Amino acid sequence: MTSRPQLIFLLVMFALLAVLPFVGSRYFVELAVQVMIFSLFALSLNVLAGHVGAVSFGHAAFFAIGGYACAFFLTRWGWPLPLAMAGAVVVSAAASFIIGILCVRLNAIYFSMLTLAFSMLVWAIAIKWKPVTGGDDGFVGITMPQALTDPTNFFWFTYAVFAASAAALWVLSASAMGRAFVAVRENAVRASFLGIDTKRMRLIAFVIAGAFAGLAGCLLAMYVRGMYPTTAFWTQSGQVIIMVLLGGVHSFVGPILGATTLYLLETTTHQYTEYWPIVMGLILMVIVLVLPDGLVGLIKRLRPQRRA
Amino acid sequence: MAILEVGNVSKRFGNFTAIKGVSLNVEAGATHAIIGPNGAGKTTLFNLVSGLTPPSEGEIRFRDRRLARMRPHDIVKVGMARSFQKVNIFPRKTAAENVQVALIANSGMNYNFFRSARRLFHDETMELLALVKCADDADRRAGELAHGRQKQLELAVALAADPKLLLLDEPTAGMSIAETKASIELIKDIVAKRGLTLLFTEHDMNVVFEIASTISVLHHGEIIASGLPHEVRENDDVKRIYLGKD
Repeated sequence: MTSRPQLIFLLVMFALLAVLPFVGSRYFVELAVQVMIFSLFALSLNVLAGHVGAVSFGHAAFFAIGGYACAFFLTRWGWPLPLAMAGAVVVSAAASFIIGILCVRLNAIYFSMLTLAFSMLVWAIAIKWKPVTGGDDGFVGITMPQALTDPTNFFWFTYAVFAASAAALWVLSASAMGRAFVAVRENAVRASFLGIDTKRMRLIAFVIAGAFAGLAGCLLAMYVRGMYPTTAFWTQSGQVIIMVLLGGVHSFVGPILGATTLYLLETTTHQYTEYWPIVMGLILMVIVLVLPDGLVGLIKRLRPQRRA
Repeated sequence: MAILEVGNVSKRFGNFTAIKGVSLNVEAGATHAIIGPNGAGKTTLFNLVSGLTPPSEGEIRFRDRRLARMRPHDIVKVGMARSFQKVNIFPRKTAAENVQVALIANSGMNYNFFRSARRLFHDETMELLALVKCADDADRRAGELAHGRQKQLELAVALAADPKLLLLDEPTAGMSIAETKASIELIKDIVAKRGLTLLFTEHDMNVVFEIASTISVLHHGEIIASGLPHEVRENDDVKRIYLGKD
């Protein structure tokens, strides 16, 4: 999953992002914040979809749980920011542990369908549990630390969280555990006959993915100053799958590339037409028909091949 | 002392009984062959013994532990490793990566999310690849190797689990005569060096009589003869089955 060219790509990307607040307009700084949030969300899904090969159709559930929890802790209980975020990550991880135990027993499409079902349950709870979530109207008006209300400061905050998360996930990808994850994806029967508890590995991946999705949810809640049930809706889960597929599942940077490309395309398309779903549908067709390994696969194909 | 005890085990698939009341002891240090015509139930028996499928009846004990409540990965941890009749490896990974992840699993480091895998178990990996004569293929994708090489790689992957009992399901299936010969020499050598107990199925009778210390004959899911090679060779039932006068 990891490689030297990808590490260089990441370093260049973070270096360029660091320059943005000094040269870009406020519009671009805010756009970069959104792109970073969705990139982190996509990276988290890839721990599941890419590493252990379990495609969750309900990953948005944990994105929303993290966001609601963070909003709630900050606003209702008045927790300080680091505590509220840590609490939100713990809540997302706990929710993914409980849901994960039930889901990782199943394979392939059954796994995907059950994750979808649970995410719709989370969505329904978000709508019905008005005292906590604000129901249909959403959780509006989050109490934020004064410093983070400044867009540039919030950019740096998001940048720091995104960079630290990407680094942590990179270390995971390159680790012994990362190798075992890939073994489970490539051949679960063989992996279990090596002594790997494949269900437990899938559960660990599920919880890690849920925790980082929750962290991305915290950033989203603070960025939009609210949290809404649509974040848990299945279309949001579908979008993040497309982001990961567009970038390429079998690489580390793929999800970041995919999230960035899709998000920027969506934003620009919206300026010209309201028919974004048509464009998204076309993108999905192109991925399935000609880009099975996503943009990363395309880049690899275009580069002159070095033979080991 | 028996390392593996199969006690009156049956396996049914719907109305079909693949294994009928099989009892079998594999002695520690033995080289035990299971032979029998196609469809006799050899692979089914292997899948029962390795925990891939649960028996319908009966009990299997491995190193004095009941397999009933254990899953394959638990059984591996107790000291059993297996190969499959149809090569079962990670075809998109290199030969070295195949062996490395097996070593990671065996060491329990599959729960270590911090330790970089880059140079992990490099020497041990190369040693195992050299043992099965695949050192030159270390950086080639496993799926691109010749069939015989893939079989040997799977042997290395199984050995990485540091087993006490090694199960090989048709280790020479699909191999040329020369490959079979080389492969058998290799297996004999490894089993002797590592003091392994070997349980294997094989269709090639020359191979069986060359390396087996004990032979059990499976026919229509039942053990019809079991004993030393010369005893089995002289057994009338066995002769009848193999001469096709059934």
